[in-house]
Amino acid sequence: MIPGTHHGTLFLMLRRMRAPLILLIVIFAISVLGLTIVPGFDEHGNPARMSFFHAFYFISYTATTIGFGEVPNAFSEQQRMWATMCIYMSVVGWAYTLGTLFGLFQDKNFRHALRIERFARAVRRLQEPFFLVCGYGETGSRLIRALDRMGMRVVVVEVDEIKAGELELQAYHADIPTLVADARHPEILRLAGLTNPNCRGVMALTNDDIVNLSIAIAARLLAPKLPALCRSESTETSANMASFGTSHIINPLQKFGEYLELALHAPAAFHFLEWLTGEPGITVKPHRDPPHGRWLLCGYGNFGRILTQSLRAEGVEVTVIDQGSPPDDFVGEWIRGDATCGPALRAAGVEQASGIIACVGDDVNNLSIAVTARHLRPDVFVILRQNHYSNAPLFDAFPSDLRVVSSRIVAHECLAILTTPLLVPFLEQIKHSDEAWSRSVVDRLTGRFGWNVPTIWSVRINSEHAPALFRKMMPAGPKITLEALLRDPSNRAHALECEVLYIIRTDDKAILLPESDSELRAGDQLLVVGRREARGALALTLENPNTLDYVLTGKDMPGGWVWEKLASRRAA
Amino acid sequence: MNLEKVIFGFFIVLAATLNFGFFIGDLDNPVHHDVYELFAAIVVNLIATVLKFGDRTQIGAIHLSTSLVADLQLLAAAVVWGYGTTVAGAALSADLTSKIVSLSGGALFANVVSVIILIAETIMQRR
Repeated sequence: MIPGTHHGTLFLMLRRMRAPLILLIVIFAISVLGLTIVPGFDEHGNPARMSFFHAFYFISYTATTIGFGEVPNAFSEQQRMWATMCIYMSVVGWAYTLGTLFGLFQDKNFRHALRIERFARAVRRLQEPFFLVCGYGETGSRLIRALDRMGMRVVVVEVDEIKAGELELQAYHADIPTLVADARHPEILRLAGLTNPNCRGVMALTNDDIVNLSIAIAARLLAPKLPALCRSESTETSANMASFGTSHIINPLQKFGEYLELALHAPAAFHFLEWLTGEPGITVKPHRDPPHGRWLLCGYGNFGRILTQSLRAEGVEVTVIDQGSPPDDFVGEWIRGDATCGPALRAAGVEQASGIIACVGDDVNNLSIAVTARHLRPDVFVILRQNHYSNAPLFDAFPSDLRVVSSRIVAHECLAILTTPLLVPFLEQIKHSDEAWSRSVVDRLTGRFGWNVPTIWSVRINSEHAPALFRKMMPAGPKITLEALLRDPSNRAHALECEVLYIIRTDDKAILLPESDSELRAGDQLLVVGRREARGALALTLENPNTLDYVLTGKDMPGGWVWEKLASRRAA
Repeated sequence: MNLEKVIFGFFIVLAATLNFGFFIGDLDNPVHHDVYELFAAIVVNLIATVLKFGDRTQIGAIHLSTSLVADLQLLAAAVVWGYGTTVAGAALSADLTSKIVSLSGGALFANVVSVIILIAETIMQRR
């Protein structure tokens, strides 16, 4: 079906039902008419004809097979003959009508149209902010699980019926409207709520770059203000997306290349980044830092090329092992052979290598490379690429130093962009900051909050998100410092288990890790890291004027509007 | 020439003419208004309505609505007739006749609108 011509199932049904309905009307008309013409008797046995009313009554109950008998008077023989014909005609009429109707409900097109309509209605009725996710693969399911756990609504478009069916088997808190359709059609995206004012963002996460590209351009043209997060695995697609201003292009391979660079030249910053962007609920294990020296890279594909560039940019020597012959533009050492076997690894000098990257397209081969390399050189630093989510148990069992899972990288990046917009500029700053400084910050924060992935959230001091604080500050209020604000609302002697990482002022000035005596201003956006409980407590302080007063001054103000008015009158 | 168009036009015009045939005559004279003509008008009107199902254009929608109005008016006339003769009394009085005929007059108006739309549509297409 071409979505552009979609106009609703009612019309389709009416059009299909035209012939049977006309047949029914004609059969009824002939039956009723005949019955009023055929001679009969009245209650006294005199010759009389049936009235239209009685004829219609008789035909109605006879045609629907209810059959009350001969009403109002016993029929004449002629009337009985006519009634027999009417019965057979009406049976044919009903059989045809019902057959057409059931056939229509079995019809694939009709059912597809019904599904689209039901989906569009479900999206229209979403009265709360939601995200549109295109593609329910590994990345999509990871992301949706996380968003669902955070209490956000999601709408899904997936082209594969089996994958979409999996979604229904998962236990999500909220109902997730799902449509089995090709997200390349702009009309499908529109039905899925791309232009809906409640839509907060669109994510193109299919495993086909071309599809992601067309979603990106549809989002750019139909909803230019909407953040669009697009996955792209090839440099060309990324460049294409960037050319028309896609807001967020996520290339997981490129992203990992950047991480690796960061891990090589600023390990502490990399730890910090891992800790901040992990999936909620897991513990980040501080791994050893990737060593400089000579590295082996097995499988020179798209990913291999990116990693080679990253490693070389950090001044690391790379030897490539690949079954094919080197491309023309390749410079450096190239060993031709099967990296899963010892000889090729030995030929590449695995005994002297400090690190190995297994990034061929097959998971079993990657594991085989890693196991062999570890066997030949036990303390080699291993980076493993995991292609499929379902192989996670195998990868969990092997003690690799770093594991590259594309879907995880994309999902984390999306989460960071969508839920805490301040996190991305903050991480950018971290990447460019001094190594010793990062290390001290990481040690301090993980010392306070542990290596569990912390809760990170943004706070904006305005009348909508922090009404109490905003009102207090607005007409030249008292000076409020971070230290004064971040106190436990149940006992202000305790500090809240959270810390402000980053402040963006209304004049676009940014403060990295503000001191505890920094003054807050109206309009500030804060990036806060801390424990889950602290988030609720801080929200209470920001919203409830009484709590805010207690936190700032220690005075317990009377609650309730009446007491508040009385207290303020007494004070005045 | 398109057979579908012929049938479509035929039923719409026939609905209007039958309706007109029933309507014409003295308003309160039962002799001038035949029950079979009303029956035929109702049946043809219903068929015309079903023929208009499923047209998604604006003009199709107006077509359908005029037909629905005509159906409603004619069925109301039939109900009044049936109720008046079988439940309330035996003979068709002048009072009852005028009610029935005026209801069918309303239906006639809707049918005339339907015919006008049909003509307008035909002229618009210029083929």
